[in-house]
Amino acid sequence: MTPQAPFLRRPGTVLALRYLAVLALTIVFLFPVYWLFIISFKTPEEIFAFPPVWYPESIQFANYRVLFKDGDAVTVWNSLVLAGVSTVIAMVLGTICAYSLVRFKTGGENLAVWIISQRMMPPIAIAFPIFLLYVFFGWVDSYHGLIILYTAFSLPYVIWMMRGYIEDLPLELEESALVDGCTRWEVLWKVVFPMVRSGLFATAVFTFVFAWNDFLFALVLTRTEVITYTVQVTHYFGGQSNFWAKIAAMSVLGTIPVFFTVATLQRYLVRGISMGAVKG
Amino acid sequence: MSESATSAMAAGGVAAPAGHAPDRFFKYWLIAPAIFLLLLVGLFPLIYSLIVSFQNITMMEVDTSFAGFINYAQLFKDARLWQALLHTALITIIALPLELVLGLLMAQLFLERMPGRQIFVSLLVLPTVISPIVAGATWRLMFDNRYGPINQIIGWFAGEPMTILWTVNPNLVYPSIFICEVWQWTPFMFLILLAALSNVDKSLTEAAEIDGAGYWRTFFKIVLPSIWPVMAIAILIRGLDLVRIFDVIWALTQGGPGTMTETISIYTYVQGFQQFETSYTAAIAFLVIAMLTVIVVWAIRRMGLAK
Repeated sequence: MTPQAPFLRRPGTVLALRYLAVLALTIVFLFPVYWLFIISFKTPEEIFAFPPVWYPESIQFANYRVLFKDGDAVTVWNSLVLAGVSTVIAMVLGTICAYSLVRFKTGGENLAVWIISQRMMPPIAIAFPIFLLYVFFGWVDSYHGLIILYTAFSLPYVIWMMRGYIEDLPLELEESALVDGCTRWEVLWKVVFPMVRSGLFATAVFTFVFAWNDFLFALVLTRTEVITYTVQVTHYFGGQSNFWAKIAAMSVLGTIPVFFTVATLQRYLVRGISMGAVKG
Repeated sequence: MSESATSAMAAGGVAAPAGHAPDRFFKYWLIAPAIFLLLLVGLFPLIYSLIVSFQNITMMEVDTSFAGFINYAQLFKDARLWQALLHTALITIIALPLELVLGLLMAQLFLERMPGRQIFVSLLVLPTVISPIVAGATWRLMFDNRYGPINQIIGWFAGEPMTILWTVNPNLVYPSIFICEVWQWTPFMFLILLAALSNVDKSLTEAAEIDGAGYWRTFFKIVLPSIWPVMAIAILIRGLDLVRIFDVIWALTQGGPGTMTETISIYTYVQGFQQFETSYTAAIAFLVIAMLTVIVVWAIRRMGLAK
């Protein structure tokens, strides 16, 4: 019989300690999310109870009903339209641009570096001149104004990511499609796009989330018609009396779609989040 | 993919069928829309800011004649601007290492296999995908002096009810911003570093162990160099995000109390959209872009990211 290792070094103990640490971490990181969700289901009495109520007696949806009745919930729809449309446009324009950069070496390495450097631009420095431009065009508080901006802001990321995916494609399929009489555009739609499909999904998730999470551009460039949910949440902040139930319910409405998207596309997460630095 | 095949395609090696546009413009058609949009948000604001910053447009008057460098001269006299820059630097310098080290520690914890690992990883990543403004709102609820759970929990340990004003007390506003920031973005670092650590060649670390290298020696000589390329990108992405931090502060303190937590993004917003100092804001925007460009170029060179 082998001599027993000291208690703290035994594999079972180590695993138990690791689980303990992992559980503690998970609780610490998830508690605020739990708190946000639970407030949205509380009655006003429970929200303003002292000491705080850690879990509500019953789940009730009155806080959400108010948002739908007042029409505030439409801001989630606005976010969805803006993020959805700008994502589709950015994916198409970004992918064909990346294709050109990879297959034809258009603009060489300099153009590629210039494009990614555009990702570094601080939004506030862009927001102000763009605001003045949009005032001039009458584009403030319009869908297309924000869609153009979100699309442009996502493009460096899309081009950067899709460049990586297209570089991994074999050239032969495209060549044989050309020989078979496809035009270059047909090669793109019928060969290239289907083959990078998984890359398109992975990249689109993040493009969508960037636009979805945006607050600054929406704050500056919307007034009443196309307010996004992020701006709407801040409308409930008050100096002394916050509309707690509304803050929580609105935040949850805006958070669920993102949780859902990320949960279904888990496996793409790492490569996307690290801008391709980790090939997944 | 072979170089010659690419150049053959680039040169239109495969003849296009008659009746179609010549191939040589094809590659430019592909990049044209993207480049146009990038110029719109990349180059236009730069040029426009530059022009406006040499004029004198304020809320009171619209004077588009050349005003020389008065706006730029004002930059140097504006104490509030330099304070905002200082606050921004402070937040970045403190939050970034915190997130990095905590993320690395968490990644170490998850490195070895354990049942249910994937579920925990998925759960831990949730804070990162929440909108930053919602993260700020969430912590606003958490920090509430009377109905928030934080004071309640502290009260348990203190043995008496606590009513700490987290987002108002000058000594606590920065800690509350850091708590929110670190809570939201440590999982981001964790996820990237976990992927990077998993890719470290096991045979190298084992060989080092056999050679008698201690844990720290192995970490600094083998593990760190091999995760560095990924880590550098993570630092760069997070660093840039921290420098432009806006949402979380807007939700928690709005730059207050007074201007104590005003960052450069908040200050630019106030000048441009609340005070309507158009020309001066343009000068600030130009300064910010210039500073950031210098820092980014320096960082990319320094970290060896340039290929």
